[in-house]
Amino acid sequence: MLMKTTLRFAAVSVLLAAVSTLQAGNVTGKVSLKGEAPAEKEITPLAKDPNCGKSYSKPATTRHYLVAADKGLANVFVYVKKGLAGKAFPAPAEKPLMDQKACLYQPYVMGARAGHPVMIKSSDDFMHNVNFAASKAGNDTFNFAQTKAGQVNEKTFKNVEVFAKLQCNVHPWMFGYIGVVDSPYYAVTDASGKYTIAGLADGKYTLAFIHLKAGEVLQEIEVKGGAAVNATLEVK
Amino acid sequence: MGRCGITPQRLVLSASSFAEFLFFVRSESNFNDVWRHRFAVFTAACTLLLICVGGLVTSKGVGMAVPDWPTTYGYNMFFFPISRWWGVGGIHDEHLHRLVASSVGFLVILLAVWTAFKEQRQWVRGLAWVALALVLLQGLLGGLRVILNGSGFLGTTAGMVFGMCHAALAQIFFSVVGAIAFFTSKTWSHLRPGQMLPALVNVPGRTAAITLLILGQLLIAAAIRHQHAPLAIPDFPLAYGHFYPPTDPDFLMSVNQRRMNVVLDSDVTAFQIHLQMAHRFMAALILGSVLTVGWQLIQGGGLLARFGAVWSGLILIQVGLGAATIWTNKSVDIATAHVAGGALSLLTGVLLAAATRRMRGPAPAPGVARSAEVLRVRTAHSLGG
Repeated sequence: MLMKTTLRFAAVSVLLAAVSTLQAGNVTGKVSLKGEAPAEKEITPLAKDPNCGKSYSKPATTRHYLVAADKGLANVFVYVKKGLAGKAFPAPAEKPLMDQKACLYQPYVMGARAGHPVMIKSSDDFMHNVNFAASKAGNDTFNFAQTKAGQVNEKTFKNVEVFAKLQCNVHPWMFGYIGVVDSPYYAVTDASGKYTIAGLADGKYTLAFIHLKAGEVLQEIEVKGGAAVNATLEVK
Repeated sequence: MGRCGITPQRLVLSASSFAEFLFFVRSESNFNDVWRHRFAVFTAACTLLLICVGGLVTSKGVGMAVPDWPTTYGYNMFFFPISRWWGVGGIHDEHLHRLVASSVGFLVILLAVWTAFKEQRQWVRGLAWVALALVLLQGLLGGLRVILNGSGFLGTTAGMVFGMCHAALAQIFFSVVGAIAFFTSKTWSHLRPGQMLPALVNVPGRTAAITLLILGQLLIAAAIRHQHAPLAIPDFPLAYGHFYPPTDPDFLMSVNQRRMNVVLDSDVTAFQIHLQMAHRFMAALILGSVLTVGWQLIQGGGLLARFGAVWSGLILIQVGLGAATIWTNKSVDIATAHVAGGALSLLTGVLLAAATRRMRGPAPAPGVARSAEVLRVRTAHSLGG
């Protein structure tokens, strides 16, 4: 009797797990770059700056195209652009963090939710200003100073804006980009070009892949317990 | 201070001498008028310096390094600790711009009051008050450019619109102060109707028209610079290898994919390319016009020949600086020199238009005509002509 009950319980558990897998899954994939990316440039004003220059033993360079040996493209913002209309999502458990380290924004590209706070931090023990000029209606422009290491300010982008550009005018080569979207289903490709969007329910969606330089591609996808979606951006 | 030290008096004299050398303008003989004229020249020189500092701020893209106005990071700007701005990235340039601007504002107040009390000619007194009004408006525009930076305005940002107005008004203000210096000079007082050679009778109108063209060119330049974008066209004399480049979306995408900006990280738009092309065509038109009028004036000899040579030289240098701005990928110092060259070109046009307009007209009585001839001969002699 006990064994029968245990078997029945185990069978139900397996069935539930299978149903759960069908209802929501991970969208994973890789973004590659077709064509040759131009060479990055040295950030010469950074090297000349008395505060910033001492943080680098070799010249810092721009980060327009970070391409792996196998053509995987980093810093591509991937998000569900269509297919989520009318759905509400719980507030994110964590606040995304944009840091200023050694006179560069880290990360260079990140995602955030519209209507939820983002932390903007300085790890540098000297002055930065954080300047954001909204390009979408409803988002508030701001420009504030961060004077010492550890200072954190919270800002909320009310509306979708891909990308919200943060800029330091004290060090005018410093840019950080935030893809602000209205769902939790976004990701940024890592150094190998890979990404994972977790917990996307089964259904049909339009997935957008946006790179600051290479542009945007859209893909229609169908999620059934997950999906593997690769994309290619091209430098013409 | 030792004999070779730099005193304010020496500084004023040096600036005055430089302007007299540049434009062959002589000071009034009356002691008060001489010093007022020299003070006006000094104010104009400081204004040119201010334009250079402002140009640096825009060239480096650091206009928002100080986010508040009229305070600086909450301080009264005159008491902002030097340790917090001297050599500190963009704060250095922006705060220095504010301090130099305040100094010029102070100089213009003194000039306006001095002129109001001592100047006989009402229209010169009026011009000095105009200069004061312009410098106040200029300060206000600079402040609005900062505090309204990201606000929407006329389909773009208020920062961009007020920045453009601020840049354009700077050039006009410089010409007004420079004109005051000219109108208080001995040279101006000796200009008389009838001194114009018959062959130059069309010069006043042409000069005024070209000066308006230069002003238009400076407005285009202000619009270009306050896009806060990298060079819209990276080559010269061709444009992306064409006489006139394409601006279709595919072309723009290809161009933007390959732009590796270090600062001013933004995409180039079709509008920016058209603006840059307008600037180039306008430059060609101005170059041809100024060289034509300049040659005409040089043929006539005297003071106006000097003006013609200086104007032609300035425009040639200005075209060279424009080309160098592109060839050096908008090098900060070259781009700023190009801004200063534009200001000097406009001022020269204004002074020449004023001088030729004054010299045009019916011949005066014989006695006056004789003194005018004496001036022409003296001027030609001083030039070795």
